[in-house]
Amino acid sequence: MTDVVIAAPILAPRKRFQLIRRLLAHRSFRIGIVLVTVLAIAAILAPLTGIEPSAMRVRFRFRPPSPEFLMGSDNFGRDILTRVLYGARVSLWIGLVVALLSGIVGAVIGVFAAQFRAFDAPVMRLMDAMMSFPAILLALGITAALGPRMESVIIALSVAYVPAGVRIVRASALVVRELDYVQAARIAGASNARIMFHHILPNSFGPLLVHMTFVFAYSILAEAALSFLGVGVQPPTPSWGNIIAEGRDFATEAWWIMVFPGIGISLAALGLNLLGDGLRDVLDPRLKGA
Amino acid sequence: MAAEPIIEVRDLDMAFPVRGGPGGKTVIQQVLHKLNFDIAPGETLGLVGESGSGKSTAGRILVGLYEPTGGSVKLFGQSITGAQRQHGLAAVRSRLQFVFQDPHAALNPRMRVGDSIAEPIAIAGGRTRRDRADRVRELLEMVGLPRDGAERFPHEFSGGQRQRIVIARALALQPGFIVCDEPVSALDVSIQAQIVNLLMDLQQKFGLSYLFIAHDLAVVRAIAHRVAVLYAGSIVEVAPKDELYGDPQHPYTRALLDAVPRADPDRVRGPVLGGEVPSLLAPPPGCRFHTRCPHVMPRCRTDIPALRVTTPGRHVACHLYA
Amino acid sequence: MASEPLVSIENLTVQFRTDRGWATATESVSFDIGDGDCLGVVGESGSGKSVTALSILRLHARGTSRFNSGTIRYDGRDLLRASERDMRAIRGRDIAMVFQDPMSSLNPVLTICDQISETLMLHRGLSRIEARKRAIELLDLVRIADAARRVDEYPHRFSGGMRQRVMIAIAIACRPRLLIADEPTTALDVTIQAQILELLRDLRTELNMAVMLISHDLGVIAEFARRVVVMYAGRVVEDAPVDVLFRKAMHPYTEGLMASMPALDGPVRRLYSIPGRIPDINEQVAGCRFSPRCGHAEAVCLTAMPDLVPVSPDHRVRCAPRTRTTGAG
Repeated sequence: MTDVVIAAPILAPRKRFQLIRRLLAHRSFRIGIVLVTVLAIAAILAPLTGIEPSAMRVRFRFRPPSPEFLMGSDNFGRDILTRVLYGARVSLWIGLVVALLSGIVGAVIGVFAAQFRAFDAPVMRLMDAMMSFPAILLALGITAALGPRMESVIIALSVAYVPAGVRIVRASALVVRELDYVQAARIAGASNARIMFHHILPNSFGPLLVHMTFVFAYSILAEAALSFLGVGVQPPTPSWGNIIAEGRDFATEAWWIMVFPGIGISLAALGLNLLGDGLRDVLDPRLKGA
Repeated sequence: MAAEPIIEVRDLDMAFPVRGGPGGKTVIQQVLHKLNFDIAPGETLGLVGESGSGKSTAGRILVGLYEPTGGSVKLFGQSITGAQRQHGLAAVRSRLQFVFQDPHAALNPRMRVGDSIAEPIAIAGGRTRRDRADRVRELLEMVGLPRDGAERFPHEFSGGQRQRIVIARALALQPGFIVCDEPVSALDVSIQAQIVNLLMDLQQKFGLSYLFIAHDLAVVRAIAHRVAVLYAGSIVEVAPKDELYGDPQHPYTRALLDAVPRADPDRVRGPVLGGEVPSLLAPPPGCRFHTRCPHVMPRCRTDIPALRVTTPGRHVACHLYA
Repeated sequence: MASEPLVSIENLTVQFRTDRGWATATESVSFDIGDGDCLGVVGESGSGKSVTALSILRLHARGTSRFNSGTIRYDGRDLLRASERDMRAIRGRDIAMVFQDPMSSLNPVLTICDQISETLMLHRGLSRIEARKRAIELLDLVRIADAARRVDEYPHRFSGGMRQRVMIAIAIACRPRLLIADEPTTALDVTIQAQILELLRDLRTELNMAVMLISHDLGVIAEFARRVVVMYAGRVVEDAPVDVLFRKAMHPYTEGLMASMPALDGPVRRLYSIPGRIPDINEQVAGCRFSPRCGHAEAVCLTAMPDLVPVSPDHRVRCAPRTRTTGAG
């Protein structure tokens, strides 16, 4: 018998950064990432306007947009541009934290539910019960109970968006746990923790990431809705939602107070949705081309 | 093969409850029925059968993935059934391995190939990270892949190369017994031969035993020493390779061999076997093959034939040989 | 085969869009399918055999694939340049196709009758009642017992082999002149495979249609085809009558493929294995695409793509060293 035969060990050329390359080739992802990045940079650079967001200057009340006040000013003479930029910090921050928090909590609960059958039924019934409330009503109830603060908004929205995350992660975890590489780990005697965190979670992450970008967008919208209802971020701290809420009384005389934060919300939601669409197209194996 | 067998399977039964009976009721599906076989050290037992024969389930039971509903399984002298199951599995786990059919599903796409290969070592504990990396390079070389492959991800490899990686992972802990579940059926013909040869070379080198599960009788002939033929959950024939292929005794084995297309345009094949494998939810009484058998007799419809010795080393479950 | 071929593929080059640009799936593929012919196309993954078949019916996804060159002549027309409307009329009526996976080819919410009738009502203008009658006849024709009752059942009541019979019934419903069967038995068990191959063989003579059978399995090809086209990495490497091919294959790839097939008879020997791997669709291989794996490669093989050269009236080979010694080309 001959010795171990080595077939010519030629490897294909390395395929590095395939994911990033595919993402950047995706048109709506490109538009989305540009929009979101521009908004984020604008929020970070907010202090460059040189004006305090809550500085009241009675002389300058209700100035329409002009070279001096690019987005006009409000009933207290505050500069809307400055407030919109500082508001972006608050709104984007809330969106980001809610997306991360609900995503992480959802992922952990989802993976546990998929791995431990005894845990599964009660948890999923609880999630069903939570999902039977509209998310915004649930959030409204929670902020009302916790008191209107930014932290309450974050907690309320995170709780409201957890069930959807749980479902998504559980569904893909149930598929992944039957795959051969998980079986291989089981044969080798891997612990539940290893199977969950080495194998199932990283491979259930794609759909969750897509979901998180959408939660990011919804949270910005939901914060605006809560602020509009008076239980969101409280003035004088500006958020896109409460700037609009404050401008409501002057909608006919000073349209610019509501319109500019509204544009901010729309652009953020649009950018995040485009980004999420791109991620979904690239990460979802069912949509992959031949 | 006078050596003491390392795998002893006795009266193995496996039944799953499945939903799908009349009116959506849960019914019991008898997937395996009273299997008996041994595997000696350094031996390859081929397990062939069509879909629904239960061959894959049998393989999974032997590595502890499923707990059988009846019978006993002894691996390396340790029982992995009944009360000693947990203790037995813990004792033999490092000596058991599995090679999967689909090399694309068998590797975690988010783990570097080196980490996948080292996983059984990491789970078993022992060895430092550097030691493991050395072992990974050694294993890669053993299966004919370049040592620097460890840093790459599975999607950078072709199907045949991934199967080599899966084999490297299976060898990581120096096992004694590997279940190969259709290891080449997802591969192209020109790559199949590479993997079959690799498995045979590794067997020689390390004295491995294989349970080689396949639907392709020709591949099994190339690698197995003995072959067991499964039909609808029962073994119908077990024989040394040359005897089974040269002189198949069970009517099903004969029909199966006859159905395989040959690369010979002049071959005149016999009559084609009609019918299909019966549902395991409502298997026919008596011999499960009687609904398709060209030699069916009245008693085949009522009595289940036992696996009997016909000539030394050969077992057939058929009333023709009673 | 002096008469006009039924379908004539010439110089077909198809490309697919990938994330690293356009990749060539088939290159300069040329072969004919005669009327009533029984052609086998054999090749491994990436050989371009399915792409060629889909090109005949122009079933590629738009936007992600393109025809760079070539013609596919059928009935005096070039199918690659025919209008989409003409193609719809040809698909199913003149040229029909059966796919590998019988499990996903049937719509689970429609009865078997609905699915067979669809083609008949579309192409033949039959009424619902006539179509149903014809559907039962067709099920009989594909040897499904108790056709009159089973025609009203849903696909989930049918096994894989039975579904493939139904797919064949749908394909032959309008008596096509060419049936393309793309790995029709790959998903089935051997005993069922034998049944389906026998059925296809019988139907071919009964209906006098040409069949193009695509398979990776040389055994299936040997038992079924009269003529064989061997493809590798997007190119036709050999084209010969079946007995010639299995007796004296000339291309080193064909030889290697045959040698690496495990046999059921004869002495058990160590399997021959072709070294290396099949090139990725994006990889550029200069010269003969098989040259990196070929034991007979010469300098010329690494630089120039060899032509498909006739070595006898019905045998063509794409290999420079092998065809040179015969004095052809």
